[in-house]
Amino acid sequence: MGELYRVVAGPIAVQEAIAAVSGPDRGAVAVFIGQTRDHHGGRRVVRLEYHAYGPMAEEVMRQIGQEVADRFRTPHVAMLHRTGPVAIGESSVIIAVAAAHRRQAIDGCAHAIERLKAIVPIWKKEFYEGGSAWIEGCDPVL
Amino acid sequence: MRVTVLLFARYREAASAASVDIDVPAGATLAQVWERVIEQVPALGSGPAPLLACNRVYARPDLRLSGGEEIAAFPPVSGG
Repeated sequence: MGELYRVVAGPIAVQEAIAAVSGPDRGAVAVFIGQTRDHHGGRRVVRLEYHAYGPMAEEVMRQIGQEVADRFRTPHVAMLHRTGPVAIGESSVIIAVAAAHRRQAIDGCAHAIERLKAIVPIWKKEFYEGGSAWIEGCDPVL
Repeated sequence: MRVTVLLFARYREAASAASVDIDVPAGATLAQVWERVIEQVPALGSGPAPLLACNRVYARPDLRLSGGEEIAAFPPVSGG
Protein backbone atom coordinates (compact mmCIF):
# COMPACT_ATOMS: atom_id res chain seq x y z
CA MET A 1 0.00 0.00 0.00
CA GLY A 2 1.45 3.35 -0.97
CA GLU A 3 1.08 6.37 1.22
CA LEU A 4 3.30 9.30 2.19
CA TYR A 5 2.60 12.29 4.41
CA ARG A 6 5.50 14.70 4.92
CA VAL A 7 6.26 18.30 5.79
CA VAL A 8 9.75 19.06 4.45
CA ALA A 9 11.99 22.07 4.97
CA GLY A 10 13.29 22.07 1.40
CA PRO A 11 12.37 21.28 -2.22
CA ILE A 12 9.71 18.65 -2.85
CA ALA A 13 9.55 16.45 -5.94
CA VAL A 14 6.49 15.28 -7.83
CA GLN A 15 8.25 12.06 -8.83
CA GLU A 16 8.56 11.10 -5.17
CA ALA A 17 4.82 11.52 -4.65
CA ILE A 18 3.98 9.56 -7.80
CA ALA A 19 6.36 6.75 -6.92
CA ALA A 20 4.89 6.51 -3.41
CA VAL A 21 1.34 5.83 -4.66
CA SER A 22 1.87 3.98 -7.94
CA GLY A 23 1.43 0.23 -8.27
CA PRO A 24 0.56 -2.40 -10.89
CA ASP A 25 -3.09 -2.61 -9.77
CA ARG A 26 -3.66 1.17 -10.04
CA GLY A 27 -4.39 2.42 -13.50
CA ALA A 28 -4.96 6.05 -12.63
CA VAL A 29 -2.72 8.58 -10.87
CA ALA A 30 -4.03 12.10 -10.27
CA VAL A 31 -1.59 14.81 -9.21
CA PHE A 32 -2.05 18.33 -7.86
CA ILE A 33 0.88 20.73 -7.62
CA GLY A 34 0.62 24.12 -5.89
CA GLN A 35 3.29 26.59 -7.02
CA THR A 36 4.12 30.08 -5.80
CA ARG A 37 2.28 32.69 -7.85
CA ASP A 38 3.66 36.16 -8.53
CA HIS A 39 0.51 38.07 -7.59
CA HIS A 40 -2.26 38.08 -5.02
CA GLY A 41 -5.05 40.58 -4.46
CA GLY A 42 -3.62 43.05 -6.96
CA ARG A 43 -0.14 43.04 -5.44
CA ARG A 44 3.08 41.63 -6.80
CA VAL A 45 4.40 38.78 -4.64
CA VAL A 46 8.18 38.33 -4.58
CA ARG A 47 8.22 35.13 -2.52
CA LEU A 48 6.24 33.07 -0.03
CA GLU A 49 7.28 31.56 3.27
CA TYR A 50 5.48 28.60 4.77
CA HIS A 51 5.52 27.79 8.48
CA ALA A 52 4.13 24.60 9.98
CA TYR A 53 3.22 22.83 13.19
CA GLY A 54 5.03 19.91 11.65
CA PRO A 55 4.06 16.91 13.81
CA MET A 56 0.37 17.89 13.84
CA ALA A 57 0.38 18.74 10.14
CA GLU A 58 1.54 15.24 9.26
CA GLU A 59 -1.11 13.69 11.52
CA VAL A 60 -3.86 15.79 9.93
CA MET A 61 -2.58 14.86 6.47
CA ARG A 62 -2.81 11.21 7.50
CA GLN A 63 -6.40 11.84 8.64
CA ILE A 64 -7.20 13.36 5.24
CA GLY A 65 -5.69 10.30 3.57
CA GLN A 66 -8.07 8.15 5.62
CA GLU A 67 -10.98 10.30 4.39
CA VAL A 68 -9.87 9.67 0.80
CA ALA A 69 -9.68 5.93 1.53
CA ASP A 70 -13.17 5.93 3.07
CA ARG A 71 -14.93 8.07 0.45
CA PHE A 72 -13.11 7.19 -2.76
CA ARG A 73 -12.09 3.64 -1.89
CA THR A 74 -8.36 4.09 -2.49
CA PRO A 75 -5.73 4.22 0.25
CA HIS A 76 -2.93 5.34 -2.07
CA VAL A 77 -2.34 8.96 -1.13
CA ALA A 78 0.80 11.10 -0.98
CA MET A 79 0.84 14.63 0.43
CA LEU A 80 4.04 16.67 0.55
CA HIS A 81 4.24 20.25 1.82
CA ARG A 82 7.31 22.44 1.82
CA THR A 83 8.19 24.90 4.59
CA GLY A 84 10.51 27.90 4.61
CA PRO A 85 10.95 30.28 1.66
CA VAL A 86 9.47 29.23 -1.68
CA ALA A 87 10.42 31.26 -4.75
CA ILE A 88 8.04 32.17 -7.56
CA GLY A 89 7.27 29.12 -9.66
CA GLU A 90 8.52 26.60 -7.13
CA SER A 91 6.27 23.93 -5.66
CA SER A 92 4.85 24.37 -2.18
CA VAL A 93 2.48 21.40 -2.09
CA ILE A 94 2.19 18.16 -4.05
CA ILE A 95 -0.66 15.65 -3.77
CA ALA A 96 -0.83 12.36 -5.65
CA VAL A 97 -3.68 9.85 -5.47
CA ALA A 98 -3.63 6.49 -7.26
CA ALA A 99 -6.58 4.19 -7.82
CA ALA A 100 -7.83 1.49 -10.14
CA HIS A 101 -10.06 4.00 -11.92
CA ARG A 102 -9.72 7.66 -12.88
CA ARG A 103 -12.86 8.95 -11.10
CA GLN A 104 -11.53 7.76 -7.72
CA ALA A 105 -8.10 9.25 -8.33
CA ILE A 106 -9.28 12.63 -9.63
CA ASP A 107 -11.99 13.12 -7.01
CA GLY A 108 -9.74 11.85 -4.22
CA CYS A 109 -7.01 14.31 -5.23
CA ALA A 110 -9.50 17.20 -5.35
CA HIS A 111 -10.82 16.29 -1.90
CA ALA A 112 -7.31 16.08 -0.48
CA ILE A 113 -6.20 19.56 -1.58
CA GLU A 114 -9.46 21.19 -0.43
CA ARG A 115 -9.13 19.57 2.98
CA LEU A 116 -5.42 20.36 3.27
CA LYS A 117 -6.15 24.04 2.70
CA ALA A 118 -8.97 23.95 5.24
CA ILE A 119 -7.44 22.10 8.19
CA VAL A 120 -3.72 21.33 8.00
CA PRO A 121 -1.77 23.55 10.46
CA ILE A 122 0.47 25.32 7.96
CA TRP A 123 0.60 29.09 7.34
CA LYS A 124 1.66 31.18 4.38
CA LYS A 125 3.40 34.54 4.66
CA GLU A 126 3.45 36.68 1.52
CA PHE A 127 6.34 39.03 0.76
CA TYR A 128 5.74 42.07 -1.46
CA GLU A 129 8.05 44.82 -2.69
CA GLY A 130 7.38 46.97 0.35
CA GLY A 131 6.33 44.58 3.10
CA SER A 132 4.77 41.29 4.05
CA ALA A 133 1.53 39.83 5.36
CA TRP A 134 0.47 36.60 6.99
CA ILE A 135 -2.39 34.91 5.19
CA GLU A 136 -4.99 33.66 7.66
CA GLY A 137 -7.89 31.66 6.34
CA CYS A 138 -8.73 33.39 3.07
CA ASP A 139 -7.62 36.98 3.73
CA PRO A 140 -4.27 38.78 4.20
CA VAL A 141 -3.66 40.22 7.68
CA LEU A 142 -1.48 43.35 7.48
CA MET B 1 -0.20 23.36 36.95
CA ARG B 2 2.24 24.77 34.44
CA VAL B 3 1.10 24.63 30.83
CA THR B 4 3.34 25.32 27.83
CA VAL B 5 1.38 26.74 24.90
CA LEU B 6 3.04 26.34 21.49
CA LEU B 7 2.47 29.33 19.23
CA PHE B 8 2.64 29.53 15.44
CA ALA B 9 2.73 32.06 12.61
CA ARG B 10 1.55 35.56 13.60
CA TYR B 11 1.14 34.48 17.24
CA ARG B 12 4.76 33.37 17.41
CA GLU B 13 5.89 36.72 16.02
CA ALA B 14 3.70 38.63 18.47
CA ALA B 15 5.13 36.71 21.43
CA SER B 16 8.71 36.76 20.07
CA ALA B 17 8.83 33.15 21.22
CA ALA B 18 7.83 29.71 20.00
CA SER B 19 5.85 29.11 23.19
CA VAL B 20 4.71 30.71 26.43
CA ASP B 21 4.48 29.09 29.86
CA ILE B 22 1.47 29.90 32.02
CA ASP B 23 0.14 28.67 35.37
CA VAL B 24 -3.48 27.57 35.78
CA PRO B 25 -5.39 25.54 38.38
CA ALA B 26 -5.65 21.77 37.74
CA GLY B 27 -8.71 21.06 35.61
CA ALA B 28 -8.55 24.42 33.85
CA THR B 29 -10.09 24.61 30.39
CA LEU B 30 -8.31 25.54 27.17
CA ALA B 31 -10.30 28.79 27.17
CA GLN B 32 -8.88 29.65 30.59
CA VAL B 33 -5.38 28.80 29.38
CA TRP B 34 -5.82 31.15 26.41
CA GLU B 35 -7.00 33.97 28.70
CA ARG B 36 -3.74 33.63 30.64
CA VAL B 37 -1.75 33.68 27.39
CA ILE B 38 -3.41 36.95 26.37
CA GLU B 39 -2.52 38.45 29.76
CA GLN B 40 1.13 37.74 28.99
CA VAL B 41 0.97 38.73 25.33
CA PRO B 42 -1.79 41.35 24.91
CA ALA B 43 -1.24 41.58 21.14
CA LEU B 44 -2.77 38.13 20.84
CA GLY B 45 -6.07 39.40 22.24
CA SER B 46 -7.12 41.10 19.01
CA GLY B 47 -8.33 39.38 15.87
CA PRO B 48 -10.41 36.24 15.42
CA ALA B 49 -10.50 33.54 18.10
CA PRO B 50 -7.56 31.12 17.95
CA LEU B 51 -7.64 27.54 16.77
CA LEU B 52 -6.66 25.29 19.68
CA ALA B 53 -5.07 21.86 19.66
CA CYS B 54 -4.43 19.34 22.43
CA ASN B 55 -1.99 16.50 21.73
CA ARG B 56 -1.99 17.38 18.01
CA VAL B 57 -5.76 17.13 17.65
CA TYR B 58 -8.11 20.10 17.27
CA ALA B 59 -9.85 20.76 20.57
CA ARG B 60 -12.72 22.88 21.85
CA PRO B 61 -12.17 25.73 24.31
CA ASP B 62 -14.16 23.90 27.00
CA LEU B 63 -11.75 20.94 27.08
CA ARG B 64 -10.39 20.40 30.61
CA LEU B 65 -6.69 19.68 31.06
CA SER B 66 -5.15 17.31 33.57
CA GLY B 67 -1.51 18.25 32.96
CA GLY B 68 1.23 17.19 30.56
CA GLU B 69 -0.78 17.70 27.36
CA GLU B 70 0.83 19.28 24.28
CA ILE B 71 -1.15 22.50 23.79
CA ALA B 72 -0.99 24.73 20.73
CA ALA B 73 -2.80 27.89 19.64
CA PHE B 74 -2.71 29.34 16.16
CA PRO B 75 -4.51 31.54 13.64
CA PRO B 76 -6.75 30.22 10.83
CA VAL B 77 -4.59 28.07 8.59
CA SER B 78 -3.38 28.93 5.10
CA GLY B 79 -1.34 26.04 3.77
CA GLY B 80 -1.32 24.79 0.19
